[in-house]
Amino acid sequence: MSKRNLFALIFFVIMAVFLFISSLMMHPFGNPEKTNMDDEIIENAQIETGTNNGVTSVVFDYRGFDTLGEATILFTAVAGVIMIFRRMNK
Amino acid sequence: MNGMSRIVKTIASITFPLVMIYGLYIIAHGHLTPGGGFQGGAVVASGCAMILIAYGSVWTLGKIKEKNLSILESVGAICFITLAILGLGFGTVFFKNFLIGSEIIFGIIPSFGSTISNINTAGVIPLMNFAVGLKVIAGLFGIVLIMAYASTRRDKY
Amino acid sequence: MIFNFPFIAVIALIIIGLYAMVFRKNLIKMVIGITIIQSGVNLFLITLGYREGSVAPIFTSLPSGTEIPQGMAFPVPQALTLTSIVIGVAVLALMLSLIIHIYRHYGTLDVRKIGGEK
Repeated sequence: MSKRNLFALIFFVIMAVFLFISSLMMHPFGNPEKTNMDDEIIENAQIETGTNNGVTSVVFDYRGFDTLGEATILFTAVAGVIMIFRRMNK
Repeated sequence: MNGMSRIVKTIASITFPLVMIYGLYIIAHGHLTPGGGFQGGAVVASGCAMILIAYGSVWTLGKIKEKNLSILESVGAICFITLAILGLGFGTVFFKNFLIGSEIIFGIIPSFGSTISNINTAGVIPLMNFAVGLKVIAGLFGIVLIMAYASTRRDKY
Repeated sequence: MIFNFPFIAVIALIIIGLYAMVFRKNLIKMVIGITIIQSGVNLFLITLGYREGSVAPIFTSLPSGTEIPQGMAFPVPQALTLTSIVIGVAVLALMLSLIIHIYRHYGTLDVRKIGGEK
């Protein structure tokens, strides 16, 4: 076993143990503790945005900037793919 | 990739309109039922990818150019940002839902609780769904088309 | 402990993806590992926003007897997962394009033969 593989194995075991312990220390499944923000959104989504779909009201109204950044990332990815292959096809 | 057999082409041609109708339904009813611009756009783009696989990338690139797809995606992005800036103009803040409560279109506020779905609600959200749907259709299909075409050009590797 | 079973599933997905990223030498297999980690993170977000016995936060023809704030799952983690999925597709397309470029330039996908190690 080379030195690189040994370091990789140590890193992998430490990460695995850390993640497993942290998964055991999470809150019980189905009983989240802090629910204030989501309760507020569920109660006011129909009155403020007129939407019957709570997820859509979050995506396009309460967190619109998030969707704007996402659209920017999609645009950048398409531009990058087209740039790479246009240069390659010549 | 030069296209597949006649059976695959026939089945793809029959199935393609159904996939398109389903995806456009998901986009148009995004504010009432599960779905929205991203999900419906992904459905329509996968339908277009089915046509691409059945007929081959050279035939598909003869039908629609990648430059037109880029223009379509830019139109979707510009519509989305324009709707957001109109919220700044007619309302108070960026991304303000300025059509809600007005009498023009999509202006009805539903009553609280479980309601029957009315498509004439939700303000600018259906318009934003259409803009984002157009953007996702053009973007994903453009990526798939250009990657398929680039991997068929040189067969010597 | 049995109630934390979905979190353990998340950790299992992340560890499998981490193994593929660290110990494999093929670039395509490393990309598969990154995608598995991404699935684990999406599952973690969805799991975090679930309330026991709740329905999806959609008001159209709601089942009768649903309490309005307490009987619904959280909408914010679901919206963030939607964002995460689209970003994942974009990043995956960009990674595969760069891998095709690397393969045409070097003629191999082995990370030990690419780059500085001649």
